[in-house]
Amino acid sequence: MTERHRIGDEDVAIEATLNGKPLKRHVKARQHLADFLRQELELTGTHLGCEHGICGACTILIDGHTARGCLTLAAQISGKSVDTIEGLSESGKLAELQKEFIARNAAQCGFCSSGMLLTAYELISSGETVSRAEIREVLSGNLCRCTGYHAIVDAVEAVSAKSAKASKGGRS
Amino acid sequence: MKARNFRYIRPASLTHAYRILADAGGDAVPVAGGQSLLAGLNMRLSAPKLLVDIGNLKELSGQSQSNGVVRLGALTRHSDLLRSDLVGKHLPLLIQAAPHIGHVAIRNRGTLGGSLAYADPAAELPACTVAMEATLILGSIAGEREVKAEDFFKGLFETDLRPGELIVAVKVPATPSGISVGFAELSRRHGDFALVGLAAVVAMQRDRIDKARLVYFGCADRAKVAKTISAAIAGLAVPLPDTSSFQAVIHQDLSPDDTPGLRADTRLHMATVLTRRVLNSLSERAAA
Repeated sequence: MTERHRIGDEDVAIEATLNGKPLKRHVKARQHLADFLRQELELTGTHLGCEHGICGACTILIDGHTARGCLTLAAQISGKSVDTIEGLSESGKLAELQKEFIARNAAQCGFCSSGMLLTAYELISSGETVSRAEIREVLSGNLCRCTGYHAIVDAVEAVSAKSAKASKGGRS
Repeated sequence: MKARNFRYIRPASLTHAYRILADAGGDAVPVAGGQSLLAGLNMRLSAPKLLVDIGNLKELSGQSQSNGVVRLGALTRHSDLLRSDLVGKHLPLLIQAAPHIGHVAIRNRGTLGGSLAYADPAAELPACTVAMEATLILGSIAGEREVKAEDFFKGLFETDLRPGELIVAVKVPATPSGISVGFAELSRRHGDFALVGLAAVVAMQRDRIDKARLVYFGCADRAKVAKTISAAIAGLAVPLPDTSSFQAVIHQDLSPDDTPGLRADTRLHMATVLTRRVLNSLSERAAA
């Protein structure tokens, strides 16, 4: 194998949408999306805990659905739309959730919060009322080592109840 | 940890993917959802030289139905199973099983073909495909061939896939209206791999088990029909009053190992309890 073709040395071209803006870059083949966001783009709101899909701290949205940043290669996002905690915070889409999180001290050390918020966002964006059991089940993929789950579930439940009420009001 | 270096190619078509895989021999691994593969790469459990990203190939996507058989493209994501009308209407076992696969974020990315090719003995979908008598369509540059799910799983993480071959689709017979299905698993946390799980397809005659096809996961080396247990429960009426009818033979089909924190005999006990639970759920569903 020639020097020029050393494994992993070549870059992969990607064209994607990141937080609503076009992104055109070359990425290292082996770099996962969370590392790419943090190290290359300095979007450090996406956290890295376990790096093998267990903890959910690196949760991001790909085409509107939650995904693990550590189990997705940066090269794999080409042609897709990615949203991170930064983009969704700035656009105000997470404002309600963030308000309820703060009101209950549901973000203690804050390490799991970006993942929790994005997971909760996908859940409540359906606009349907979700039960406490459903919230717990969906959040089971995100670990909080401060173990403040109760306040987090409360916050998501409050926003879910409010948005369901609002959408019902809109229909009648 | 970080993955070792590898090359990455995004083929434009399935034929292109076949050619790359054929040229690379055993050095290339297809990647789609990557939910098991990338975890393994990050932990350096494997180090392929080349990743072939088949995740956007249209030839491997979609679900369709003809002559009582549902064809699920290999790229069908776990969350697609729950959204698909075809699956909802014809494959009730998958509707019961899909919520147990990982967590939401994993289900949004992980694919049917990936789960089957990885052949984790604790995974839900290999067991379901064997229980439902599914057939896998495997493709390579040499063409396509079909393999029954029960012949596909050869052992621990071992399948009938040959170098250069990948899963194109899975054909699953629509579950007839007279057939009952049951699914349950025990895990330490919802979404974790199953300690013990069971996928059951059962022909009932009123409240009696006529013919059962039980496939366990998490307590055998691969997805296979538990023939002895399935035979032992034939003819019994549900709900079962106890586990005496099959308890003595459960170790003939299942071969769990002692693992840290969980002895093999504990796992067998859990499988016994789970079996009765699943079979008794069939009677409740029949009554409903």
